[in-house]
Amino acid sequence: MDKVAIVGVAQTKYEEDKIDQPYSELVFEVVKKLHNNLGITNDDIGCVITSSNDFNDGRTIANMAIQDAVGSVRKAESRVSGDGAFAYVYGAMRILSEEYDTVMVVSHCKCSEVSQYLVNNTIFDPYYQRHLGLDQISSAGLMANMYMNKYGVSEEQAAKVVVKNRKNALNNPHAHLQKEISVEDVLNSKMLAYPLKELDFPPFSDGAVAMLLTSEKSAKKFTDTPVWLKGYASCTDAYYLGHRNMTDLIGLELAAKGAYEMAGISDPVGELDVAEVYDAFSTHELMSYEALGFCGKGEGGKFMDSGATQMNGSIPVNPSGGVLSSNPTMANGLIRVAEIVLQLMGKAGKRQIPNAKLGLANGMNGICSQGNCVLIFGGE
Amino acid sequence: MSEEIEKKIYRGRIKVPYKHTAGAYVERFITEIGKNNKIMGVKCPKCGKVYVPPKMICFTCFEKMEEWVEVGKQGTVKGFTVVTHSTPVMPLEPPYAYGIITLDGADTDFVHLINESDPKKLKIGMRVEAVFKEKPRKRILDIEYFKAI
Ligand SMILES: [Zn+2]
Repeated sequence: MDKVAIVGVAQTKYEEDKIDQPYSELVFEVVKKLHNNLGITNDDIGCVITSSNDFNDGRTIANMAIQDAVGSVRKAESRVSGDGAFAYVYGAMRILSEEYDTVMVVSHCKCSEVSQYLVNNTIFDPYYQRHLGLDQISSAGLMANMYMNKYGVSEEQAAKVVVKNRKNALNNPHAHLQKEISVEDVLNSKMLAYPLKELDFPPFSDGAVAMLLTSEKSAKKFTDTPVWLKGYASCTDAYYLGHRNMTDLIGLELAAKGAYEMAGISDPVGELDVAEVYDAFSTHELMSYEALGFCGKGEGGKFMDSGATQMNGSIPVNPSGGVLSSNPTMANGLIRVAEIVLQLMGKAGKRQIPNAKLGLANGMNGICSQGNCVLIFGGE
Repeated sequence: MSEEIEKKIYRGRIKVPYKHTAGAYVERFITEIGKNNKIMGVKCPKCGKVYVPPKMICFTCFEKMEEWVEVGKQGTVKGFTVVTHSTPVMPLEPPYAYGIITLDGADTDFVHLINESDPKKLKIGMRVEAVFKEKPRKRILDIEYFKAI
């Protein structure tokens, strides 16, 4: 299905507090960078899809805050209020409609502007969950406890995920946290939501990411190494935490099945060269290995131990350093896509997986993999 | 915060009060807890699953659920966590626990607080019981928390 190409990506450096730039300026920075990289102007962009969250941006119809920065005045612009990977999907559909030849997709988040715990609490329904004070930390603790208990996954195995991703981030100039840590560092960090500790969680980051999508016929005008959409599916699981299976990521599993089917993949580990998964917390990445079919149910910890997901393993996961290293929340899914694009273009610098031809990226909305999308990309 | 940093910031706050429509399911559930210290669920006419907290639609069968059933005030812990971070919307002073609890007679799990600050004293499979608030406020917190039994 070589019908939608990604021909270029641009990212900011992800940082704790970009206090000198409002989010509109972060967006302008990546859009200008994308223009310059591709040698194009705003006139070359047919339509714009943006992604952010009103609560994070502090206003409704928040896309209007970045209207100038994405060059969308008197132009077709739509916005996904959710994870950036879903904005990519919307952009791809614009190309598939044959209405537009080029679509720019942009996502941003400045976590530093508002308490992420309070924003997260508003995800929960106002009747049964919100007044309990739930947020991403407490719900992750519940999920980790149930998953680790059911399958006998250890805190050490979870810590190895963080160590791997933080190490990978050292080779990604855009990554926020760039300090190598040990399993002991993770295990000895402050208990935050038993059994998860401070270092089992990502930081909060500021940043933006942009990319240009084109039709099949136009791709080669922009690059010799376009990256093609090969498969896609999405799936949402039940919303209320107690009405969901908390020990397996069923929504992600079903999304992966659909995406593999579209891409004609029957053996993900054998066929995929690289994966970028939404690692919202350490054990979440282990659960994602299982849901994505990289290993059997309950084997995420053992799969981590095997080294398969390390940079030199059979399926390197999160060469970018993942969400555990950079976490501008709403942009996370689109950053996963951007990293896969760089890998398949052979432009991933020191973290390049040699000869990567087929990659997977996944995005997530809501709490503990409630909303999921899985994307498969192929290089030339 | 230093003056230099404060200069770079424009402070704001969104204050928007809501009167969320409770709907029949939330209304009855919260009222029974507050008035009668009873925990109610609804039963799916097709698969027979009892949902707690109650809602209108069984997502497996896509059927409207109308049969109310009382479930136990006691249940079994399926999962727990103890939080140590602090936010302005927390109902208790951390550290305290959250539990995913299967109430006796329910087929789904119920998310609530457990008044325990030590994870070593919590166990998957342990039994807990609801403690009701003396002066209900039409809140999920009219069950104040669950305690070990
Ligand atoms: Zn049913």
